[in-house]
Amino acid sequence: MKGFLAIYLREVFLLRKRLFKVLLSFSVNPFLYILAFGIGLGKHLSIMGRPYLEFLIPGLISASSMLQAFAINVEINVARFYLKVFEEFQSAPISPLSYALGEVLSGVTRAFLSVLIIIVLGYLLGGVKLNFSGIFFLVVFLNAFIFASLGLASAMSIKAHADQTLITNFIITPMMFLGGTFFPVENLPPLIKPLIEILPLTLVSKTLRAIAFGEEFYYQNILILAIIAMLCFFIAIITIKKAKD
Amino acid sequence: MSNVALDIKDLKKKYGSLFALKGISFQVYRGELFSLLGPNGAGKTTTLRIISGLTAPSSGNIYIFGKSLFTEEIWAKNKIGLVPQQINLDLELTVEENLFIHGLLFKMSLKEIKKRITELLEMADLLDRKKSKVKELSGGLRRRLLIIRALMHSPEILLLDEPTVGLDPHIRRKIWSFIKTIQASGTTIILTTHYMEEAEALSDRVAFINKGEIIAIDTPSNFVKKLGNFAIDIYSNNGIVTHFFKNKEEAEEALLKFSQKYPYVSLRKVNLEDVFIKLTGERV
Ligand SMILES: Nc1ncnc2c1ncn2[C@@H]1O[C@H](COP(=O)(O)OP(=O)(O)OP(=O)(O)O)[C@@H](O)[C@H]1O
Ligand SMILES: [Mg+2]
Repeated sequence: MKGFLAIYLREVFLLRKRLFKVLLSFSVNPFLYILAFGIGLGKHLSIMGRPYLEFLIPGLISASSMLQAFAINVEINVARFYLKVFEEFQSAPISPLSYALGEVLSGVTRAFLSVLIIIVLGYLLGGVKLNFSGIFFLVVFLNAFIFASLGLASAMSIKAHADQTLITNFIITPMMFLGGTFFPVENLPPLIKPLIEILPLTLVSKTLRAIAFGEEFYYQNILILAIIAMLCFFIAIITIKKAKD
Repeated sequence: MSNVALDIKDLKKKYGSLFALKGISFQVYRGELFSLLGPNGAGKTTTLRIISGLTAPSSGNIYIFGKSLFTEEIWAKNKIGLVPQQINLDLELTVEENLFIHGLLFKMSLKEIKKRITELLEMADLLDRKKSKVKELSGGLRRRLLIIRALMHSPEILLLDEPTVGLDPHIRRKIWSFIKTIQASGTTIILTTHYMEEAEALSDRVAFINKGEIIAIDTPSNFVKKLGNFAIDIYSNNGIVTHFFKNKEEAEEALLKFSQKYPYVSLRKVNLEDVFIKLTGERV
């Protein structure tokens, strides 16, 4: 278990050194979205019988926890290609599982920081108060776990840092825009809709919204997310084993 | 108890179509300082990387105190400390934090970690830099930190890949005595270096490696003796030609003859660098 702790604490030390900068950068995008879309554009708009801003906040939470969890790939790339500290982990007596757990949980930690910022900003800027319950944060956790695992797996599979941008531009950014962050997926044309429906992020934003609004939702969704999380974590572990030259 | 610490058997490593190691074998004894010497690209780093689990070999076997490295990987990694050729410290973290993380990676208890950090910082004369970020340290201090980081978990075998590259002569000598202290505490050490005077000063035995093959293994003094004790360098437009002699009388006689023919000639003692040039310089 100490192996996992070493990896996790290293990321926490690094995070702590630039906490102020990190929190600031986590705030910029949500701040702009809340101001521009939520308040500027959405002032007189309502979706599903609610002010647009209330619709937007759970969407931003799911998108942001995805982005910030996935962003651990940047830290890992730096450790692997620039600092070469990754070799220090490879020569240590720790299992790929410990390594993966340490990195993924550091991604989850980042995701939670960004989510807290959105909740605070939503309240301060728009007075939004929703039902942020334990089960809400469980879904956030699973979402972050999935995308941190994918961030880790992608960092392990690439041969150079430049390849990383490709993955982010082609998978993560489209998902953020289409996965129910800014508008209900129901509005999409019937041809695209089924494709978007099966994205994990769509499932997350729908579930988060339902919980935040105090509505009924399918408990099976949580089970499905947990299974996807396990699967992604498993893939990450395999890519770690393959990262040896 | 066998006195062999490390036993390498027919180790091969292929990168694409290139054989970085063509089947090398050697043994390192307990408490010994063993040096791997050879030109750039000979396969020294590849060998050390395989021993420390960073690179997978194509074939061959490695035994650490009699146990296979590949079947007892976790056990073996605890016995080995690696000082890599390329510095791989966390630049944004402090000296202390770098050592702390290493201690956790090697499953040491918090109490052990604390004690060992103080001990090693003292040994390396780094105690006053404990809270400095690594990026604020000079190259020499970073090298020293890199060495003590590898010592955190008290490995029985220490692998040093060019530990003094790019350092001034004062610091280099400091690191030499540091390495000797580590050896005196019972640690088996494998060293690679391009500085022949370093290998000569430190090594109990040396192995010459060229193009992925071991060409000779012996003590530094035996290598020198085999070549002769005295050398005459003749400088000309075509480079330096060196002649070797068993004793001083022969050498002085030859010196007289050569100096009539060539403008620049000099007599000196044979050293390990002569052996290196002789063994690895032959064109194929
Ligand atoms: N990851 C790699 N991929 C492909 N080839 C490699 C890789 N690592 C090393 N090599 C090749 O293997 C050979 C041995 O390299 P190695 O780094 O072991 O040499 P070395 O003896 O340490 O040299 P130096 O004294 O320059 O450090 C070289 O030809 C090198 O180009
Ligand atoms: Mg090398």
